[in-house]
Amino acid sequence: MKKDIIIAGVGGQGILTIASIIDTAAMLEGLNVKQAEVHGMSQRGGDVQSHLRISSNEIFSDLIPKGKCDLIVAVEPLESLRYIEYLSPEGTIVTAGDFFKNIPNYPEEELIIKKLNSLNAKVVNAAYLAKEAGSSRASNVVILGAMSRFTDIPEQRFIEAIREMFKSKGENIIEMNLKAFAIGVDATK
Amino acid sequence: MKNDLLLGAEAIACGAIDAGISGVYAYPGTPSTEITEFIQNSPETKERKIRCSWAANEKTAYEAALGMSYAGKRSIVCMKHVGLNVAADAFMNSAMTGVKGGLVVVVADDPSMHSSQNEQDTRYYARFAMLPLIEPATQQEAYDAVIYALDYSEEIQVPVMIRIVTRLSHSRAVISRRPSREPNDLSLDTQAGKWILLPAIARRRYALLIEKQAVMEAHSANSPFFRKPISQSKKGILAMGISYNYAMEVIVANNLDIAVMKISQYPLPHDIVAEFIEGCDEVLIAEEGYPIYEESIRGFFGNNKIKGRLDGTLPRMGELSPDALAVALGVEYSVKLHTDDWVVGRPPALCVGCGHRDTYAALNEALSIYEDRHVFGDIGCYTLGALPPFGAIKTCVDMGASLTMAKGAAEAGLHPAIGIIGDSTFTHSGMTGLLDAANDKVRMTLIISDNSTTAMTGGQDSAGTNKLVQICNALGVEKEHIRIIIPLPKHHEDNVKILREEIEYNGVSVIIAQRECVQTAARKAKEAARLKSNKE
Repeated sequence: MKKDIIIAGVGGQGILTIASIIDTAAMLEGLNVKQAEVHGMSQRGGDVQSHLRISSNEIFSDLIPKGKCDLIVAVEPLESLRYIEYLSPEGTIVTAGDFFKNIPNYPEEELIIKKLNSLNAKVVNAAYLAKEAGSSRASNVVILGAMSRFTDIPEQRFIEAIREMFKSKGENIIEMNLKAFAIGVDATK
Repeated sequence: MKNDLLLGAEAIACGAIDAGISGVYAYPGTPSTEITEFIQNSPETKERKIRCSWAANEKTAYEAALGMSYAGKRSIVCMKHVGLNVAADAFMNSAMTGVKGGLVVVVADDPSMHSSQNEQDTRYYARFAMLPLIEPATQQEAYDAVIYALDYSEEIQVPVMIRIVTRLSHSRAVISRRPSREPNDLSLDTQAGKWILLPAIARRRYALLIEKQAVMEAHSANSPFFRKPISQSKKGILAMGISYNYAMEVIVANNLDIAVMKISQYPLPHDIVAEFIEGCDEVLIAEEGYPIYEESIRGFFGNNKIKGRLDGTLPRMGELSPDALAVALGVEYSVKLHTDDWVVGRPPALCVGCGHRDTYAALNEALSIYEDRHVFGDIGCYTLGALPPFGAIKTCVDMGASLTMAKGAAEAGLHPAIGIIGDSTFTHSGMTGLLDAANDKVRMTLIISDNSTTAMTGGQDSAGTNKLVQICNALGVEKEHIRIIIPLPKHHEDNVKILREEIEYNGVSVIIAQRECVQTAARKAKEAARLKSNKE
């Protein structure tokens, strides 16, 4: 089993949180994990990404080779298109449909939608669904749910990993995130 | 469970804790910051009272670590690659004095300059100082390397270096830890003369350092991080540090028959490398960083079977990747999907509500009446003031260069001559420059954009918090010309006025723009709310 995943978003959107949950879920499943992150200057509202590699065999490189990525997961649609050189022709994109425009030259929404339609992409109304789960800040966890079935890791492992991730924040926060996750899972069924 | 999946930087921290260090010394700098932060937050640090607060700069950090070594205890000193430039005087001479307690110098390089102003390769410094350097390829090796290096340092009696790069420092993998070793007891170095680098003694120390080179080379040949080639192929790769991972990725994925020798310890073990290269028809030298060993192996007269960064087989600059190695090894490799040109970059920006924004807004307006608008910048979040919409600074060179460059330009005849520096950068490398300016009575203005933290690296303590007025005054800036402004939109007009007054003063003036970083303020508010709800 081998899954190469790129997680993309804008600094502050919580991509490292979902990367960390996927890491834990994979480890609970007894798989090897390597996960490269971006820290420092680029975190100030810039584009950020994480290369996450899961395998039952030894993983050498921390970076995914171009054209070999199985899954791009994004919390913002423009960001979902930034790394498609890495995506394999059979690969999937799971992205939130919520545009985040903090730059003056943000492209036309139409262009982005058309491009996503031409690819194997699942677009999820994450912000709306997160509100439904009880917190507009849980968009990232909705996307986590939406991408989970493309990983070959059982859903139960994700649930355990979410509990682990938010255990210091109390039962209410855990329940809200589990709900956001479940809504996300349904969104790509 | 969670803790086992560690960043390379955190693996270094665990290694240091488990090797029984008594202190970590560092100034924050990407990608090295997380080493010290992890030690600061570890329960073991509290239990064992490991000394761990931030230093004012890399030089003070280095010298304090050396003092701990003199006293017989183990320490590590951590910095980013350009930080070693700041500590270089202490570093070079510590190779001459040698050590008593183990001293490991961890330097994190940033090839591709993700968060740095250059991509200098620390391995040159190791060669320059004639010190051993370990270059781990994986997080587990990073952990093991610290334990190994501290033992080695005590054995060979010199500082030992560890070089990591961004991709290792900021990438996670599982590591397994070993039982912790007890810290050393206080035991002062009583070896006569060793630490006094008077010329007569320094010559003896240098001779001894040269003598140790053969021992270091033998150590490299027997390094636990060395991997000899398995394949007998005539096509070889000499892979150093993290390059090994990229080479193996391509070889395993494409089922290639290539002999790979992995080097992770320097000085380069001459005989085994020479034998390997002699036995091959073609060797790719894969180095993350500068082609330092490729250059020496290739030699002055060249060698056609050596491939690497110098002949264009690998890119001359920037970090390596599986893709770069695939191209170099001639692997048929096609990318079907391409990122469209209209997927524009999303550059980092100053946070919404950040005080630097209001400082730049006031500064730009204050300067609007002058013909020459040259502001000398420095290193930190406020370097982003170079970008739109502010376009406020003209330079960013090295820590502290804002005010000393403004001084030089003022002496060349520029007016207004303005430097802008952050509070932490000011205490790191700005104070001596301000002393120069005050002594020379230069007509210039320094703005200290004081957010009471080291913000760019994530909000570490800043050495001069609440002391900046006293520091500037003590360095010779007159009290009337040390002005405090609050960078908020409601004070904009007042701030512009104060800036103009001080620009017109015929001497050194300092304007301290004081407002807490919005990120640290938000974190503190969140923490306070958490404590309150815990109480309830």
